[in-house]
Amino acid sequence: MKFSEEKIKEVERIISRYPEGKQKSALLPVLHLAQQEFNGWLSTDTMNYVASLLKLEPIHVYEVATFYSMYNLKPVGKYMFEVCQTGPCMLNGSDETIKYIYEKLGIKPGETTADGLFTLKTVECLGACGYAPMMQMGKTYREHLTKEKIDAIIAECRNEIASKN
Amino acid sequence: MSKTKLLLKNIDVEGIRFYETYRREGGYRSVEKALKTMSPDGIVDEVKKSGLRGRGGAGFPTGLKWSFLAKPTGVPRYLVVNADESEPGTFKDRYLMEFLPHLLIEGIIVSSFALGCNCSYIYIRGEYLWIAEILEQAISEAKNKGWLGKNILGTGFDCEIHVQLGAGAYICGEETALLESLEGKRGNPRIKPPFPAVKGLWDCPTVVNNVETIAAVVPIINDGGYEYAKIGIGKSTGTKLISACGNINKQGVYEIGMDISVEEFIYSDEYCGGIANGRKLKACIPGGSSVPILPANLLLKTTKGEQRMMTYESLSDGGFATGSMMGSGGFIVLDDKQCVVKHTYTLARFYRHESCGQCSPCREGTGWMEKILLKIENGKGNMSDIDLLWDIQRRIEGNTICPLGDAAAWPVAAAIRHFRDEFEWHITHPEMCLKKNFGIANYAKPIETVV
Ligand SMILES: Cc1cc2nc3c(=O)[nH]c(=O)nc-3n(C[C@H](O)[C@H](O)[C@H](O)COP(=O)(O)O)c2cc1C
Ligand code: SF4
Ligand code: FES
Repeated sequence: MKFSEEKIKEVERIISRYPEGKQKSALLPVLHLAQQEFNGWLSTDTMNYVASLLKLEPIHVYEVATFYSMYNLKPVGKYMFEVCQTGPCMLNGSDETIKYIYEKLGIKPGETTADGLFTLKTVECLGACGYAPMMQMGKTYREHLTKEKIDAIIAECRNEIASKN
Repeated sequence: MSKTKLLLKNIDVEGIRFYETYRREGGYRSVEKALKTMSPDGIVDEVKKSGLRGRGGAGFPTGLKWSFLAKPTGVPRYLVVNADESEPGTFKDRYLMEFLPHLLIEGIIVSSFALGCNCSYIYIRGEYLWIAEILEQAISEAKNKGWLGKNILGTGFDCEIHVQLGAGAYICGEETALLESLEGKRGNPRIKPPFPAVKGLWDCPTVVNNVETIAAVVPIINDGGYEYAKIGIGKSTGTKLISACGNINKQGVYEIGMDISVEEFIYSDEYCGGIANGRKLKACIPGGSSVPILPANLLLKTTKGEQRMMTYESLSDGGFATGSMMGSGGFIVLDDKQCVVKHTYTLARFYRHESCGQCSPCREGTGWMEKILLKIENGKGNMSDIDLLWDIQRRIEGNTICPLGDAAAWPVAAAIRHFRDEFEWHITHPEMCLKKNFGIANYAKPIETVV
């Protein structure tokens, strides 16, 4: 397990944002990078690698990785549907969104489809309360969700996979 | 009532996200004025005169906070911008950064000059990844044009801005947890004192301010503090961004002068445009999930019979007994078909999820409240559960390291205080409460004026 040359440069660039000797501050951004690079989750090997890269104790990396909700500590599907379920989203129908995804994909929050494509996760307020119901998928927010939009997003993911094969 | 827009006045100008347009519309004037014609203390004075109060939730006077910054020689000082924005109902900083990134950068340069900081971090919640990229791009534009870097405008002042991504933790919005996180650690709030102004980032003196607060420094420097203070009522000066959501016709981010009434904000077409689907207003949380919920009657009028205004003072008129708070400006509206018990349950779940776990009253209490609320919501509660909930929230409040404990207790307390009938109905009607909601009941009935 190793970052590419290009990613190593990015790690160096991140470290350069902090004063001399404070590279511990790079931990959160570098864990994000590692998660993107190594299959969307942080295995013990990945965390150990990050620890060696930043010259930190592995235990410190585990402590941090387990604190923040964006780090996945178990394998996840290729596409993660992270549906917000907090008050304001609930007022605008997030329960139905979660139910509809279950009807379409047969997965409940926390589950992944058998083909490893989709994971459904419920999350707390993502700062999109005025555009509810909504979910995060990778880098993007998908807002004002309707059944039609959810259908389209699922199709979009399937097409992307099909076009890669 | 004023329709003045200070922060969002150019929001509709095409291309305002990019440097050329932003500059053409008068952007970066405040940097020229501040660096070339003002002293750092002069800027702090101007901010004091403006009456600007922190827009992150606590409403602490910004100029005063800045004057507390310790200035030992030979030690760097830091300005950290709080863009963690995770309080349910709040999505205003996102709007500002996504569409007006240069306004924030301009504010950071002027504020850094005032505080004597040469390096500033924007700590942004990890989920706002695409906004972090917009900020990075704007920072590099500004740097290319000489507004950032070394010897800005030939004045000898250096300033760098870095964007730091969080990774999903509401608690990192609390300023000392934010600093821990920025140092690469778990977001456990620190015990205060020492305050960040003395011992903050890497133990150096640090100012932490909200995105909107820093952006407001730009019009204050351009037009002067007195001009800014002319808008608003009393100690609620200037404009405030309100992110409005829930069951209203027009959800979104609005910039208001702090001199309009709550009623106007909800019903006028300029703002929320009334309750959606022709329904009635039942309740509202006016300042983000942490502040007390109010039934319609107490929201629109205070118990003195006065119109409630969108100001810090008026929103909190009546204290916790009959008032609420301005908070972060996350304005959540519930219509008559919504269930207050269920809504409160989702908030309790949120706080349980977000508690960092350092203090037992918060770590355990938030979990107990969530469980009991779910039980009541599902028609499985007892009357004694309501008193138990009350007791738990009371034991959390004031007994924790950081204010998240209070923030978890207040919504539950206010829901019981004002909507006890609805809790009781869930318990006395276990079958019915699964199928329908309690409705608006008497929550919109005119209140009797005391005094
Ligand atoms: C649990 C908790 C969460 C907070 N979240 C935020 C936040 O997301 N953004 C913010 O600006 N302030 C937040 N605050 C307030 C900050 O601690 C701090 O007061 C604020 O950033 C100061 O900036 P201001 O004076 O400009 O408002 C939070 C406070 C607490 C206790
Ligand atoms: S009050 Fe809650 S969030 Fe704050 S320090 Fe204590 S346990 Fe952590
Ligand atoms: S409540 Fe869902 S984004 Fe805020």
